[in-house]
Amino acid sequence: MSTTQTPGQSTPSIGASIPRREDRRFITGAGRYTDDIVLPNQAYAYILRSPHAHALIRSISTDAALAAPGVVAVFTGHDVAADKVGGIPCGWLVKSKDGSNMVEPPHPMLVADRVRHVGDQVAVIIADSKAEARAAAQLVEVDYDVLPAVATLGDAITDGAATVWDQAKGNVCFDWDLGDKAAVKAAMKSAYKVIEIEVRNNRVIPNAIEPRAAIGHYDVSGDNYTLYTTSQNPHLIRLLLGAFVLGIPEHRLRVVAPDVGGGFGSKIYHYAEEAIVVWASKKIGRPVKWTAERSESFMSDAHGRDTVMKAHLAVDKEGKFLGLCVHNVANMGAYLSTFAPAIPTYLSATLMAGCYSTPAIYVEVKAVFTNTVPVDAYRGAGRPESAYLLERLVDKAARELGMDRLEIRRKNFIRKDQFPYKTPVALEYDTGDYESTLEMALQKVDYQGFSARREASKKRGKLRGIGFSTYVEACGIAPSALVGQLGARAGLYEAATVRVHPTGSVSVFTGTHSHGQGHETTFAQLVADQLGVPYDKVEIVHGDTDKIPFGMGTYGSRSLSVGGSAIVKAVDKIVAKGKKIAAHLLEASEADIEWKQGEFLVVGTNRKKSIGEIAFAAYVPHNYPIETVEPGLEESAFYDPKNFTYPAGCHVCEVEIDPDTGVVQVVEMVAADDVGVIINPMIVDGQMHGGLVQGIGQALYEEAQYDESGQLLTGSFLNYGMPRASDFPFFKVGNHVTACTHNPIGAKGVGEVGAIGCPPAVVNAVLDALAPLGVTDISMPVTPEKVWRAIESAKATH
Amino acid sequence: MRDFQFHRPSTVADALRILRQASQGKLLGGGQSFLPVLKLDMAEPSDLISVSGIPELRGIRSDGQQVTIGAATSHAEVARSAEVRAKIAGLARLADGIGDPQVRNRGTIGGSLAHADPAADYPAAILGLSATVKTDRRSIAADSFFTGLFETALEPDEIITSVSFTVPQRSAYAKFASHASRYAVVGVMVAQYAGGVRVGITGAGPSAFRWKQAEDALSIRFSADAITAGMTYPSDDLTSTPEASAEYRAHLIPVMTRRAVQAALAG
Amino acid sequence: MIRVTLKVNKRPVSIEVEPRTLLVELLRDKLQLTGTHVGCDTSHCGACVVHVDGRSVKSCTMLAVEADGATVTTIEGLAQGGKLHPMQDAFHQHHALQCGFCTPGMIMSAVELVETRPTADEHETREWLEGNFCRCTGYHNIVKAILSCRDAMKEKSA
Repeated sequence: MSTTQTPGQSTPSIGASIPRREDRRFITGAGRYTDDIVLPNQAYAYILRSPHAHALIRSISTDAALAAPGVVAVFTGHDVAADKVGGIPCGWLVKSKDGSNMVEPPHPMLVADRVRHVGDQVAVIIADSKAEARAAAQLVEVDYDVLPAVATLGDAITDGAATVWDQAKGNVCFDWDLGDKAAVKAAMKSAYKVIEIEVRNNRVIPNAIEPRAAIGHYDVSGDNYTLYTTSQNPHLIRLLLGAFVLGIPEHRLRVVAPDVGGGFGSKIYHYAEEAIVVWASKKIGRPVKWTAERSESFMSDAHGRDTVMKAHLAVDKEGKFLGLCVHNVANMGAYLSTFAPAIPTYLSATLMAGCYSTPAIYVEVKAVFTNTVPVDAYRGAGRPESAYLLERLVDKAARELGMDRLEIRRKNFIRKDQFPYKTPVALEYDTGDYESTLEMALQKVDYQGFSARREASKKRGKLRGIGFSTYVEACGIAPSALVGQLGARAGLYEAATVRVHPTGSVSVFTGTHSHGQGHETTFAQLVADQLGVPYDKVEIVHGDTDKIPFGMGTYGSRSLSVGGSAIVKAVDKIVAKGKKIAAHLLEASEADIEWKQGEFLVVGTNRKKSIGEIAFAAYVPHNYPIETVEPGLEESAFYDPKNFTYPAGCHVCEVEIDPDTGVVQVVEMVAADDVGVIINPMIVDGQMHGGLVQGIGQALYEEAQYDESGQLLTGSFLNYGMPRASDFPFFKVGNHVTACTHNPIGAKGVGEVGAIGCPPAVVNAVLDALAPLGVTDISMPVTPEKVWRAIESAKATH
Repeated sequence: MRDFQFHRPSTVADALRILRQASQGKLLGGGQSFLPVLKLDMAEPSDLISVSGIPELRGIRSDGQQVTIGAATSHAEVARSAEVRAKIAGLARLADGIGDPQVRNRGTIGGSLAHADPAADYPAAILGLSATVKTDRRSIAADSFFTGLFETALEPDEIITSVSFTVPQRSAYAKFASHASRYAVVGVMVAQYAGGVRVGITGAGPSAFRWKQAEDALSIRFSADAITAGMTYPSDDLTSTPEASAEYRAHLIPVMTRRAVQAALAG
Repeated sequence: MIRVTLKVNKRPVSIEVEPRTLLVELLRDKLQLTGTHVGCDTSHCGACVVHVDGRSVKSCTMLAVEADGATVTTIEGLAQGGKLHPMQDAFHQHHALQCGFCTPGMIMSAVELVETRPTADEHETREWLEGNFCRCTGYHNIVKAILSCRDAMKEKSA
């Protein structure tokens, strides 16, 4: 479908479910992903990775590999050290309670002396073909002295545990806290009851379907570098790679993120392979391409989650929450990935109020190192962990108080009239309407009919349960000054340039990056609406640091609320300039010019100029206010958000459990969300569907499991449970909008809410189904065997 | 992947000759089990001999007692076959649930049996449906075909030519599939014959096996509740993985056996 | 090296390959048909699905030499004379793709479904997609698109 509009007409763009314009290239096989790019004379890199979780490298011999057919070069950590290459930096500094900085270990591009996780990169073999590089890698001889490994978060804090980093005593990276400890202590004392819970947020592997890839190209004629990479944020990679690792100034380094096949957080970070291909390209004088095999992705893409939280909730007799105390242990893995320290702290602890008016909250976070793949943000990043803890805890409180699960939620909701609402954990929620999304969800799921459905399931020998989750999250990352105070080493604004061409078509350059989100469509709808030009005449450009002035990229559900707002600001500047030009052409004073979607009018008359006429005049300035206004019509803007945005909603899950096998089937999944103002409902629904499946995946199927020696047991699709089509019903999603009060669009963000709100709804539904058997706790992922064991042990004790 | 010589003979005799001449020869069926092994450098044959195009290995025929499937017949062809569906519905359904549609389009019964993956589906059918595996030189009875983990009674230079399944009165296959791999955690083929019932189980142990206790009970009375709550399979020799422990597999064996019986009765 | 002769998207191709060359490598590296993707190394994800002699196969789990004499159709060959295949159009209309990486394999798989099982319902459709992973869409709109394409093709043939 395409929209046909004539200039000056009001466009139906905002709020229209326009099928995406980017689809055409993807459905015809014309997409251009990093691995599709072939540069003349390119060589292929294969990364030799550690097979051990923890070992000293006694020696590396590369002679045989160097002599193998097709091999161009073999580099090790010693070559990296000799070139004085910097380490992979961490983008966030967290300070411990005592004011000391977190332990920030070095993260070399290639490891020379001591490997710290299975998959750590030890050498790079570069050859004329991928097959030759791979074959030669088998000829590199590495003599390892295997050390005891710390395989899990639990192992890390056990007395006598092995040490991942000598400088991190007890494997602790930082020990941080937030909130009023004394107030919480007092609340516990005065409580009618204190509800206790311990929950583990299982470690998951992002598994975007496109494996990571990178091509480095050093051009000797211009002494400049180009990196093609599977990134959610090319400018961020340019900054980290250029300034911290290889010492290349921005104007000599171009980073291109072409079509990218999904990210979910895992393609935010600066990875060693990106630095390796750029560095190696200069060394060998040829472009160098690296593409991950899936088995490499499992052991080198940053993993997600992996926390254990203990919490105490003080409640009064009526079920009002008085205080909450949370102790969180979070796994950082072997190195600090780009945003890792921020996840359990600023993106999780700050969400511990949830959508409840709990007056006192105190959160401690102990981050630990283990001999595992680094852990960083994965769809939701910190917020799913908080939502999961809170929603499991609230259900447990209801059970222990003999209250209805919805009643206890309603009783503690922050009411519509309480916004803006300042939580005890540093955030100020601008708007929300939690009651309405709850109501909408109940209607969509036909809550009234549940007991009949439960009976029908029972007749078929199945246990049916219903579970709820009412969550809030913070996204639209982020106010720079605020995150700066919190340890971020970068600003988190967004940039945009809007270029109105002489004939009235428009190019928009955005610093966000679309890797499935549909920016090329949504942003065009936004600009068409704001500028009153036809949708078809607006082009969105992203993913190339040489084309786009600047940007921080796409993650944290920020693209529309922050990136879109930057675009709106740039459009505003276009309009402001257009008014001056129009005033001149219409021989009116600027104050009398009124802007109305695509047209500049003289107030109270029918005299007007279209944006197209203004653009033409700007580029052909024959009759033009040349003394005061420059020719051309192009404006750039940076937008730094004033606050986070706070999407919220209610997710309801119904499951059927086969008591003989323990298999859990999701039979209904309802999501009623407030994601703020919506530009393209079809795309928003699609984001919800995808988020829900990742949430259900975490709840039921997915887990990265390590054995005690630090080997990844679930290192391929043979044993890592990826969600499949047959696992799901059609979902029911809906929206109730309260507009964000502090950005010009009113958008909040939708990318992550599905993965944030859904897991506790699923697990609460499982526990509801199993409650009649006496089961009160189960951990994610809720595998058939776990359900079977829970039923068996409940049978034994009841 | 190391390179190799590739051959596409058109007769079994030629295939055998090439296999014997090769230093490390390997027969290739549809490649759905072996190519993944090859890609991960877990095998390095000198010669790959594709047998899927050999006419004498193809096709499905039946007489009253037997359904015979050529070794190079794909799972999809077995699933679609009117012959198989009419005579051994449980076998057609089993074939229709192997892997995914693309695996079924390429994978062959001979390749699957020679690979002898302990979690593959066909082994349950071989045992449950009293099959005979025919090779270039002999017939191997079901009960002596699987000899261990990824091991069979085949000689290194022996080619499976066809598999004959004995037509039962009724049969069904019930599979508890791994969520990740879709291989069988426990797969049970139950087949009722005039002379008694056979129960073939795959996935649970290092190699497929028959569950004699269930066969005896079902031979007396072919009903799901003939597998009583007290009937259990010992977990000692069963497989344990992060996804399913031996105890859990032991629990699933009677559960899935009952389901297979129910399905067989339902037709 | 072995010479293989086959038809790819109706064009005859005759080319020398190493025996170890996978069909997907022939398509991507030698014929520059990069619409077919590689998403895993264990034959699970289905990003590489193409049609060989009218049936969907995983081109990462087939040697190029095995395709000698075969007729291969990739995502690039699905549209006819600039007109999208109804399945491509259905994916577009129903927003059945996001990042697009699984899409070519998903579409090729779905096309075989509607061609060979024109009455497939939602359940059968979901089961058919066992070998195709999508991490973006939650499969919701993919299943909708396939069912809608099925209906459209039924109407057309009725």
